[in-house]
Amino acid sequence: MRAPAIVFFLYWSLSGGVPSGSAADSCMTCHSAMEEGTKGPSTLIKNDVHIAHGLSCADCHGGDRTSDDPSVAMSKAKGFKGKPARAAIPKFCASCHSNPDFMRKFAPRERVDQYELYQTSVHGKRLAAGDTNVATCIDCHSVHDIRAVKDSMSPVYPLNVPETCSRCHSDQQKMAPYKIPTNQFAEYRTSVHWDALTKRGDLSAPTCASCHGNHGAKPPEVESVAAVCGTCHVAFEELYDKSVHEAIFSGAGGGGGCIVCHSNHGIHQPSTAMLVGPHAVCSECHDAGTAPANTAAQMAGWIDGLDRALKQSETVLTRAEESGMEVSEAQMGLTGGRENLVKARLALHAMEPDEMRKPIDAGMAIAKETLEAGQAALRERNYRRWGLAVSVLLIGIAILAIRFLIRRIETNGSREVRGPQQGPL
Amino acid sequence: MPATEPKNKTLDWLDERTGWRMVRDLADHKVVPLHAGTAWYYFGGITLFLLGIQVITGVLLLLYYRPTVAEAFDSVRFIMTRVEFGWLIRSIHSWSANLLILAAFVHMFSVVFTHAYRRPRELTWLSGIALLGLMLGFGFSGYLLPWNQISYFATKVGTDMASSVPVAGPPMARFLRGGDDVGAATLTRFFAFHVMILPLITFGLVGLHLLLVQFHGMSTPSGVSASRLAHMKFFPNFFLRELVIWYGVLAVLGTLAAIFPWELGQKADPFASAPAGIRPEWYFLAEFYTLKLIPSHVWFFEGELLGLLGFGLLAAGWVALPFWAAGRNGEHRARLVTAAGVFLICYLATFTILGYVK
Repeated sequence: MRAPAIVFFLYWSLSGGVPSGSAADSCMTCHSAMEEGTKGPSTLIKNDVHIAHGLSCADCHGGDRTSDDPSVAMSKAKGFKGKPARAAIPKFCASCHSNPDFMRKFAPRERVDQYELYQTSVHGKRLAAGDTNVATCIDCHSVHDIRAVKDSMSPVYPLNVPETCSRCHSDQQKMAPYKIPTNQFAEYRTSVHWDALTKRGDLSAPTCASCHGNHGAKPPEVESVAAVCGTCHVAFEELYDKSVHEAIFSGAGGGGGCIVCHSNHGIHQPSTAMLVGPHAVCSECHDAGTAPANTAAQMAGWIDGLDRALKQSETVLTRAEESGMEVSEAQMGLTGGRENLVKARLALHAMEPDEMRKPIDAGMAIAKETLEAGQAALRERNYRRWGLAVSVLLIGIAILAIRFLIRRIETNGSREVRGPQQGPL
Repeated sequence: MPATEPKNKTLDWLDERTGWRMVRDLADHKVVPLHAGTAWYYFGGITLFLLGIQVITGVLLLLYYRPTVAEAFDSVRFIMTRVEFGWLIRSIHSWSANLLILAAFVHMFSVVFTHAYRRPRELTWLSGIALLGLMLGFGFSGYLLPWNQISYFATKVGTDMASSVPVAGPPMARFLRGGDDVGAATLTRFFAFHVMILPLITFGLVGLHLLLVQFHGMSTPSGVSASRLAHMKFFPNFFLRELVIWYGVLAVLGTLAAIFPWELGQKADPFASAPAGIRPEWYFLAEFYTLKLIPSHVWFFEGELLGLLGFGLLAAGWVALPFWAAGRNGEHRARLVTAAGVFLICYLATFTILGYVK
């Protein structure tokens, strides 16, 4: 009963522990026995997601894996396709990945439109036009050691996507014929999105594929930039669409929605310095002293004022809390103040000062209320300490009085008595 | 009645009905032995004083506290922020609880090192140990009452430990929680334990303990005859000194309450993950840290169970101290008891510090 299991275990161990669809896989047997350097696929494939799902080399490359004779195993009569030409790779993968019936057996929720999307991408169009230097499936997903997207070792795992794209897009030599910049990855690494992805470990933070698409990768058109950013920044897009800037930025020569002010790959933490001052993005279009520049400065002043007021309240409340005062209600109120600050920053995108004033006023009222609560807590703390000092003084006086009383009682030597103490009742 | 005492109709009337002069006479005759360890006698009084503080502040807190999951936390916050001097009452109650347990431990070890548990004071020792257990019970049950995040999860851990005791553990944990998990039923039960059941038992035991102390008189160090020692009158000499110490303790309590008011934390959320670095109050920390050090399995025993078994044996041995301290021939094993006391103090101090640091 146990003998077949032992034989299988020995075979499995000797074949490098590669699981395969069949115990007898001549592809693996022969390629594993080849010299170093030529057995490539057999060493890589042990981590491949296809092998983990029970597929084998022959399922992609064709042939007869059950035959030990190479001329039979790799004969065209047995359907052997060999190594596909580079231009044929997308279709080669699509033979399974675009087949819903086939994919349902292994990954029923997996999309099957990758090939279709790829054909709409810049990569796919250029490949169709005969440019074999563009990315195909294997350039992003790797070959023979293809891992599931959720596998952190996969080159298309969210944390690895920027670096995977940059392998080509940061290569000046590769990008020279296309006349496109190669600084995107360097800029992205300075962005808030990179920080969210790598420092906070937020896997939902945008990577290249989030804005450009993955299989259908292409740069967003000027008029669709706001929509792309709006997939995450929903409320900002809604307000921006109502603003005077929308028509101008999205129109011909406008530069494209959000990126006019925020840039594209190197998006930094926004601040009021974008509205007013030497680095203000507003000043690139509006000269100082003009009505729009003044409005921007006014709104920057409101935001900075609320921010300062909330920080002041926070400082006072923190001091009160560190003194042991119970100020949790005021601190909870301060959260509402910060929400209003966010709303004010959000309202800025509509470029309607009156709309922005509402959250600013609400936030300032909370800042005032919480500041007063904090100051009251600090006054109460001081009152308690004074109370303590007076109490300790009174206790000290009482102690001295008792000591005096003891001394007076014991002046006549009555402290000590001789003999047995009080015994049983 | 002393012959020199002047006649007083009111006092006579009262004495005829209450016999108060008998109590006064007892107090007049009560004396305290004077020797190198006389100062240790004060700790019994300090413990009693702190217990009194607990009763007074506890009753005041009861005026506003509401023992339901929906209202407990908010009612304590109301006490801390809205009730006049509510912060002081709650902070003194919490600090006093901790000082009370500390004073009870010091009192217990002073009894051990002065060998005051010897015959015929075995029952005094047993009632004292039971009172210490009750104080720990007060601490455990009172900790949950503010229904904040730390207390909720600490109670969860504590009752989980109880449930790992074989046979009696699961029903005992269920009885404590009033269900399978810490919840609304646990809060009302702990409230009932804290303000009714434990106080009733405590008052009975305190009465017995004081009665036994009065019955046997103050213990003198072993090997010294009470008749060869000088004594101090309890009233007023010793009592006034005790009063000075009580005032000192009151000043310490007031200072702690004013400078470090007891924290309220955040309202308990059973669906939140346990706060990082959660640990019990300091008086359970040594045991908690020991259990953490024990591997999950030792041979074929469950580690936690083995730890609890060890604590059970240790506690049983400690309770029985007066009995094993007396040898078969009646000799007193003073050195053995002292060594056991030193070992226990070293263990508790070391593991409590490690529990805090690690």
